[in-house]
Amino acid sequence: MEQFLQQLASGLANGAIYACVALALVMIYVSTDHLNFAQGEMAMFSTYISWQLMAWGCSFWVAFILAVLISFCMGVFIERVILRPLHHAPVLSIVVVFIGLLAICNSMAGAIWSYLIKEYPSPFPKADFGIAGVIGPHQLGVVIVTLVVLSLLFVFFRYTPLGLAMRAAAQNPQMARLVGVRVDWMLALGWGLAAAVGAVAGIMVAHIVYLDPNMMGGILLYAFASALIGGIGNPGGAVVGGFIVGVLENMVAYTGNMIEKITGIYIIGNGEKLTVALIIVIFVLTLKPAGLFGRVVVKRV
Amino acid sequence: MPALLEVKGLKAFYGQTQALYDVGFDIPEGGITTLLGANGAGKTTTLRAICNMVRTDGTVRFGGEDITRQATEEIVRRRIAHVPEGRGTFTSLTVDENLRIAAYTRKNKAEVDAERERVFGYFPRLKERIQQQAGTLSGGEQQMLAIARALMLKPRLMLLDEPSFGLAPLIVVEIFRILRRINEEEKVSILLVEQNAALALDLASHAYVLETGKVVMHGPAAVVKNDENIRKSYLGY
Amino acid sequence: MSMFPKKWVLPLIVLAFVIPLLRPLMPDVISNYRLFLVSTMIIASIAVLGLNLLTGFNGQISLGHSAFYAVGAYTSAILMDKLDMPYYATLPIAAAVCYVIGWLFGKPALKLEGHYLALATFALALSVPQILKYKWLEDLTGGVQGIVLSKPEVPFGLPLTDDQWLYYYCLIVMIILYWAANNMLNGRSGRAMMAIRDYAIAADTMGINTARYKTVTFGISAAYTGIAGALSASAIAFVAPDSFSFFLSIKFLIGLVVGGVGSLAGSVVGGIFYVLVDNSAQALSLFVKNDLGVQFDLSAYTVFGILLIALMYMMPTGIVGGVYAIVQGLRRNRRGATTGSATSPVRDVAANQQRP
Repeated sequence: MEQFLQQLASGLANGAIYACVALALVMIYVSTDHLNFAQGEMAMFSTYISWQLMAWGCSFWVAFILAVLISFCMGVFIERVILRPLHHAPVLSIVVVFIGLLAICNSMAGAIWSYLIKEYPSPFPKADFGIAGVIGPHQLGVVIVTLVVLSLLFVFFRYTPLGLAMRAAAQNPQMARLVGVRVDWMLALGWGLAAAVGAVAGIMVAHIVYLDPNMMGGILLYAFASALIGGIGNPGGAVVGGFIVGVLENMVAYTGNMIEKITGIYIIGNGEKLTVALIIVIFVLTLKPAGLFGRVVVKRV
Repeated sequence: MPALLEVKGLKAFYGQTQALYDVGFDIPEGGITTLLGANGAGKTTTLRAICNMVRTDGTVRFGGEDITRQATEEIVRRRIAHVPEGRGTFTSLTVDENLRIAAYTRKNKAEVDAERERVFGYFPRLKERIQQQAGTLSGGEQQMLAIARALMLKPRLMLLDEPSFGLAPLIVVEIFRILRRINEEEKVSILLVEQNAALALDLASHAYVLETGKVVMHGPAAVVKNDENIRKSYLGY
Repeated sequence: MSMFPKKWVLPLIVLAFVIPLLRPLMPDVISNYRLFLVSTMIIASIAVLGLNLLTGFNGQISLGHSAFYAVGAYTSAILMDKLDMPYYATLPIAAAVCYVIGWLFGKPALKLEGHYLALATFALALSVPQILKYKWLEDLTGGVQGIVLSKPEVPFGLPLTDDQWLYYYCLIVMIILYWAANNMLNGRSGRAMMAIRDYAIAADTMGINTARYKTVTFGISAAYTGIAGALSASAIAFVAPDSFSFFLSIKFLIGLVVGGVGSLAGSVVGGIFYVLVDNSAQALSLFVKNDLGVQFDLSAYTVFGILLIALMYMMPTGIVGGVYAIVQGLRRNRRGATTGSATSPVRDVAANQQRP
């Protein structure tokens, strides 16, 4: 029972990470109709920036905040400079550009900081919290930080004028212009926020998976699966989807381990995580493209 | 007194297709002008061209300043409100949010709140449905919301694209009555595009008739309304 | 649909056959290593050709062709390793296996367009190395360590080195595949494929069985790239899961985009290009680290990434399209004619990229 709870807690912690990245993906999708394939690598790059800041002497949380701010600026820059001229380009061009971004982020991280796996510190004290043996301090910290960030975003979008303007611009850009909203800047802001949220996810997960340029590949795939499960246009759904996928992933691995322990037969375990994500992605895309909470978009002929 | 809106030699293009060939008119300050014509004559395109939502050529001057090449959102910030065809309400935002978004560019909170009360004075029905999602409102209520939202921009000029479209006659009459009040009490000049020529000519003081992208005739609304020849040739009744 | 001047084809083929034979005369210039390198370029061209059939000519975006390359490579490797099959016999089988898998993937892909298809193929590419390392397949695949193979033997006692023979083997395969693709694309099938790319929804009303063409194209495209993979297994004499990661798909994408989307000749140019850059980057990286002492792990992927982005702005029709445009421009100036209509062939190719 205790092991089950541990896996559940671990699943929630992983789910929190997936929820963040999935939210970033959905934010960009909702405002631009594009899937940001480079989201994972951007988050990884941001994490390296925070690592570098700490190497230069900053404390963890200072490095965290600075890295998140820098990532925000990077996101705005990418949207304004690289993506803006391609607003009306064919889908293939846009996908190609995203892959290009992916390649640049990944290879530059490897070039600057090498491909050696690095350890990444956890800001959460190593003491037990009285929930000893079930959830570790870092995992608990991850869930709390994630929930704080998500709440801040929710409040921002729901209750501030700028958040309202961004929602309007995402929903109906033409009409938003007609009420005076500078839609182009709203898109850039959306990208900045998405990059910032991705940075939070990367920094939180680095302690668990260790810092290396390829650390976010699998996480990105899981984030896509989460976003699809929640309904690709639904930010709340993406968050719920993230937690579902996180728990599901751990349950599958746990079940596989149990089966192996009992019967000695290995069916599935930690080495098949990406395959599971692939199956989820294909499944949702082909059978229920609207996910749990999304709406099916009818193509106007 | 210089006209509030001066349009000269306006051409407009959708991609490679030319939709307006040579449109020119003046909107005086404080008046209601209507743009009439058959389907496809270019009425909607003219309103879009004024807001630079389509590729244009020619000159558009507002309050003496050339706004031809400005971005749509900058033109709107000069206090031209465009109520597009199909209302253009943000359907998944509430009535309240639709009104707030229009006040996005305005800083003075007290002024904005007072404005809201005035707007609810014209459209009490909207006040009843303030937390309702705009997409669930009836057609007439959505049109009212679109006009109310335009009012929140505190416009000097309101462009209305077929406000009667798809609405029951009684609602249309009510809306047009409110438009007259808005024109008189808020001092908002109106440029009205309408298929329903009779109603439009009742409301407006001046009329322009468009045919295949050109202005073919214009005159005081009363004259146009009573001239049978004009009505038969251009307006179909 | 080929922008390549037909009169150059035969001379080029002749040169391609004759030059390596001159090796005994200049063994340093026509070195074994260079022959091996050119063989990998040919293999890369075939792989890019496969991708181009699906994405360039049929409008279905695939980020997952590294998966088909891997299946082809492993099929060939397993047949050679476990069943002692001769290397050339593994090609048709690898092609058939990849065709089936491609066709099977193409079926659910019918419902997916643009970004979503890209996502599905992206997921496929990311999971392939893991699938190859799956415990239950280890007996077949050799797990993490992969399978060691031997290079193709020179047949009939011909006086060629191993690398010379490898070169001719790859060259012959490519010429056959290229010729077949060219015929297909110039015929009815090709026109149907391109109609589907350009007029997706209307193609059905034109009487084209869109579903059938799309799945078959997926299969053929996978088969082509799978053959390339099978060839690579022989060329490198080794297969291991981590060689078939998503980064391989990035290389194919580079080949597609640099060479020219929707251009057969462009696929060849693209394949040659990415192998060249890949090799140069490795050399450059070693130079920077060892000779300059700078701890900067330069990678081809930085160049690739920048190129992918830059090309979308500057030369969306790729090198072949760009060269063609320049040549057309020069011809027009020489004749003194006015500029052509807005629908010149170059514009058509650019317009032929998938519309959202």
